[in-house]
Amino acid sequence: MTTSTATIMGYERPNGDIGIRNHLLIIPTVICSNQVCSRIAQLVPDAVAIPHQHGCSQIGSDKDRTFDVLAGTGKNPNVGAVLIVSLGCEVVDPVALAEEIKKTGKPVEWFDIQSVGGSVKAIQHGADIARRLKSQLDAEKKVPVPLSKLKVGVKCGGSDATSGLASNPALGGAADALIAHGGGIVIGETTEIIGAEHVLAERCATPETKEKLYEIVDRFEKEVERMGADMRGGNPSPGNIAGGLSTIEEKSLGCISKCGTAPIRGVIEYAEDIPEGGLYFMDSPGNDIECVSGMAAGGAHIVCFTTGRGTPTGSAVVPVIKITGNRRMFERMSDNMDVDVSGMLTGEISLEEAGDAIWKEIVEVADGKLTKAEILGHQEFSINRIGPSL
Amino acid sequence: MAGQVQAGADAIRMHADDHVATALRDLKAGETISFTFAGERFQVAMSEDVAFGHKVAIVDIPEGTHVKKYGETIGRATTDIAVGRHVHVHNIEGIRGRGDQAGKGASA
Repeated sequence: MTTSTATIMGYERPNGDIGIRNHLLIIPTVICSNQVCSRIAQLVPDAVAIPHQHGCSQIGSDKDRTFDVLAGTGKNPNVGAVLIVSLGCEVVDPVALAEEIKKTGKPVEWFDIQSVGGSVKAIQHGADIARRLKSQLDAEKKVPVPLSKLKVGVKCGGSDATSGLASNPALGGAADALIAHGGGIVIGETTEIIGAEHVLAERCATPETKEKLYEIVDRFEKEVERMGADMRGGNPSPGNIAGGLSTIEEKSLGCISKCGTAPIRGVIEYAEDIPEGGLYFMDSPGNDIECVSGMAAGGAHIVCFTTGRGTPTGSAVVPVIKITGNRRMFERMSDNMDVDVSGMLTGEISLEEAGDAIWKEIVEVADGKLTKAEILGHQEFSINRIGPSL
Repeated sequence: MAGQVQAGADAIRMHADDHVATALRDLKAGETISFTFAGERFQVAMSEDVAFGHKVAIVDIPEGTHVKKYGETIGRATTDIAVGRHVHVHNIEGIRGRGDQAGKGASA
């Protein structure tokens, strides 16, 4: 075990954050800029674009949420520089977006396609800027940075019975190890604590946090009521059910162990900045890509993702470590899986040994080891919406 | 969380209050399975097939019972479930997130 003065090799950011990757991020403010952004990313090695469906015909808190996720992704400490591509007439303001990301001190540039004169010129113009930013990033060197600054999201998806019995409790052990080193853990998926919220509520550090936790679960459940449907079939999904999970309560009770045993210091909004050190709950949907994208926008460096059914999920800016307790799936989908803890269910390894294996993987990935999702180029990105398209 | 799984266990029980255990291999009707909980060995005669990851009743569960796993309620039995039977969506239902029952006084 490392000590709390442990370091990893990473990038020192101007605002004091540490980065464990050094991405050049190409952000479309709006769906209309997606193609130009994707083309620019193809022309510059290791640049990553985050195409999405949103950025226009949105109002109020829904518009703000799109802005916050785009800004948060740009501000993520694994991002070294940002190019924003606007169409020129959309709802998301590229100047405000650039200003928000610039608060971190990293280089940010933007232009709009209408002013530059169409897609071909915009791709050329953007590629020129992107190449310049990329050569700046390539000159930056990794230095020893404190492990205690690391923030890790814990998420499960494509769950089956092994998730609650093995991979989630094992991940909980690794979460406790990071917190013991002074690091931060964020758990989300408000839908997937329904039926288990009373267990987490007992761990809230203050009565206010406890009340907020109950409030956000109640809001999600009322939304299900408004739709007049049984959650079952949507969550748990058909795959969860085939894997042996019968109800949302059963799934939730299996989910919550992945955040370990620390007190919950606070409930934060979707995509809100994750405070340093300790355990926080992010109000977010169970949907894998929306939840991981929200954690990345909140500043997580890594997401640890348990799965029993098997999923390839990655992220545009955050390494996603895939962990399973299902040996049959591990053997079928080994190109997507990073850590196998299925020995917990055959008596080969203990809970503690499984937690140690995940903790070791977290430190190695923080130090630069690529995850399977990174090797395979999985760069999923999705924004949770809370309003109608106008 | 229950203690470490014993090598060769057929199923895992998580808590003393649980009505169910989870199959650690594909279990077949007619066989007698065994597992250990809190140092004590348990046996259950299987009356139907239960696939890996699915649940088997380890006690008789009367209709309406709040079925326990992890020592917590995972749903409600919609019929009598005898020991050794498969416990899943055909005989237990969720109590929470039931928009289909909203306004019918069915909330828990």
